Amino acid sequence: MTRPRTLYEKIWDAHVVERRPDGTCLIFIDRHLVHEVTSPQAFAGLRASGRTVRRPDLTLAVPDHNVPTTARLDAAGNKLPIADPESAAQLAALEKNAPDFGIRYIDAVAPEQGIVHVVGPEQGFSLPGTTIVCGDSHTACHGGIGALAFGIGTSEVEHVLATQTLLLQPAKTMEVRVEGEVGPGVSAKDIILHITGTIGAAGGTGHVIEYTGSAIRALSIEGRLTVSNMAIEGGARAGLIAPDEVTFEYLKGRPYAPKGADWDAAVEYWKSLATDPGATYDKVVVIDAADIAPSVTWGTSPEDVVPITGSVPDPASFADPSKQAAAAKSLAYMGLEPGTRMQDVPIENIFIGSCTNSRIEDMRAAAAVIKGRKKAPGVKWAIVVPGSGLVKRQAEAEGLDRIFIDAGLEWREPGCSACLAMNPDKVPAGERCASTSNRNFVGRQGPGARTHLVSPAMAAAAAVTGHLTDVRELMG
Amino acid sequence: MTPLEKVEGRAIPLGLKNVDTDVIIPAHWLKTTTREGMGRGAFESLRADPDNLFDRPQYKDAPILIAGDNFGCGSSREHAAWALGDLGIRVVIAPSYSDIFSGNAVKNGILPVVLPQAAIDRLMEVAETDPVHVDLDTQTVTTPFQDRFAFEIDPFRKMCLLEGLDEISLTEKSDAAIGAYEQKLDAERPWMRPAAAGL
Repeated sequence: MTRPRTLYEKIWDAHVVERRPDGTCLIFIDRHLVHEVTSPQAFAGLRASGRTVRRPDLTLAVPDHNVPTTARLDAAGNKLPIADPESAAQLAALEKNAPDFGIRYIDAVAPEQGIVHVVGPEQGFSLPGTTIVCGDSHTACHGGIGALAFGIGTSEVEHVLATQTLLLQPAKTMEVRVEGEVGPGVSAKDIILHITGTIGAAGGTGHVIEYTGSAIRALSIEGRLTVSNMAIEGGARAGLIAPDEVTFEYLKGRPYAPKGADWDAAVEYWKSLATDPGATYDKVVVIDAADIAPSVTWGTSPEDVVPITGSVPDPASFADPSKQAAAAKSLAYMGLEPGTRMQDVPIENIFIGSCTNSRIEDMRAAAAVIKGRKKAPGVKWAIVVPGSGLVKRQAEAEGLDRIFIDAGLEWREPGCSACLAMNPDKVPAGERCASTSNRNFVGRQGPGARTHLVSPAMAAAAAVTGHLTDVRELMG
Repeated sequence: MTPLEKVEGRAIPLGLKNVDTDVIIPAHWLKTTTREGMGRGAFESLRADPDNLFDRPQYKDAPILIAGDNFGCGSSREHAAWALGDLGIRVVIAPSYSDIFSGNAVKNGILPVVLPQAAIDRLMEVAETDPVHVDLDTQTVTTPFQDRFAFEIDPFRKMCLLEGLDEISLTEKSDAAIGAYEQKLDAERPWMRPAAAGL
């Protein structure tokens, strides 16, 4: 009998091609997602060394970071030019590199186009028990369906393209168990913000986090993807949630998912992946779901989290002197005074989107709050950016786009958008944004932009009141 | 990749914790299809301050950077390592790093030295006035004042840095093992291949 193993150990063991004496393993990569920003130098490297892509069939390319979220086709159905020449060059490079190397490519105007981390699960390209990489740290997202998925740098992108493997050291394991039931108005985003605030931005460094407990099990796949997406904000390169019936139901019938007898064999295998009773983790954190409130960030690290009912902390309240200094710097950047109630913080910009919160459930949660209300006069810019063309069409079929537009919000085309301000969607310097994205770093949403990370429902609440708001007060 | 064994020179005493990759290189500098020239955008928000550390004459071309916990957190952008390299940084010294950044650093010939906060505090002090010496072979950081700090490093990473190894060439030696794995996978779990009915 083999010793009990965690979900992570089972996936790792199933992917070891070679184990080196020093413990480094050559790990097989089942799926490689490629986008326009971190791949051009990798393809250039392949060309320079005369290498080819070993497994183009396991590789999928989608442009997402740079694409504008305004109309991409003119009235006659022709592609509109991209104004920014640098963005246009990166997009053109991917459009050329994909066919040159025989890789599947979803074009910027294809109905399936979207953020790689939305597209992967939605197309059934991402599957439980697989190893998934992408030159993007939010690849952790796919852990929500039980895939070991992590972000890689461009040298590793080139390595995977050439060899379909990576040389890796096994990670330590960490369990974050969220037990109980969350209260009304508390979403998957609040759960992961609360976790990040609890463990800290480096709490999971060197670890893969498995999220367990009844509050995690109760989440939809959309919610699980949101939680795992931000594993990296807690320092963990990957997050994992054991696949279950909810996962299988979500994936069944998706274009790249197994069919027929293959599907049955796959489900049987996926069921064997759950962490064995008696398996141990290197670190365990237990959180009571009842302690989680709708949450918001006040600073410039995703660990800077308080409940919406809370106030801006005093830097002197932190025990660690380096955190005191960092908090003081953050508050200066954010233009906030200690003791200010979070609900009194005015908001000029709203961003609902990103690989964290741009799935259909996120659109529905935001629309439910917006419905019958209007954008507050103080809110200058409010955009809703669905995560993919399929999310967009589904939302439109449900009439969600009308709810946003009627309230004065903009309904955009899919892409990464104002999460990282590589395309024209930016928050002006000195202004605040209630954002459903994943990072509140200095300059993340544009130079000088001040980001408050929140859930889709909380962003919607801020849109209609003009300040950070406890969404529970707007709920029927 | 340029091999790295010994590095001596001034060390920039940045000291901040949670220095994220958006601070190291903001996203608008990522719109390029080459690896060159990233140094111009390195630490842009910090360098907007005319009195910033990076542009002080004594730290011009400094090959070492000292930082706080969780250096390089955030995005996976290798541009952060390219930007440091373009600035002339060959060694970063910090109590901890994000996992993705430290991997990217090594692949670009940059040594991420891990030392406890007490050692960092001392080196920050030395860096104000004097050079710091880093020896990868003996895994030590020393100063002109007899300070000597030993550091740990993964042996594989050490070898890659010392020899300036190209990892892809190394992995290609395992071509047969990769092929055997692929065959076994196709036999045992054929459904792992993306379904043909895809797009």
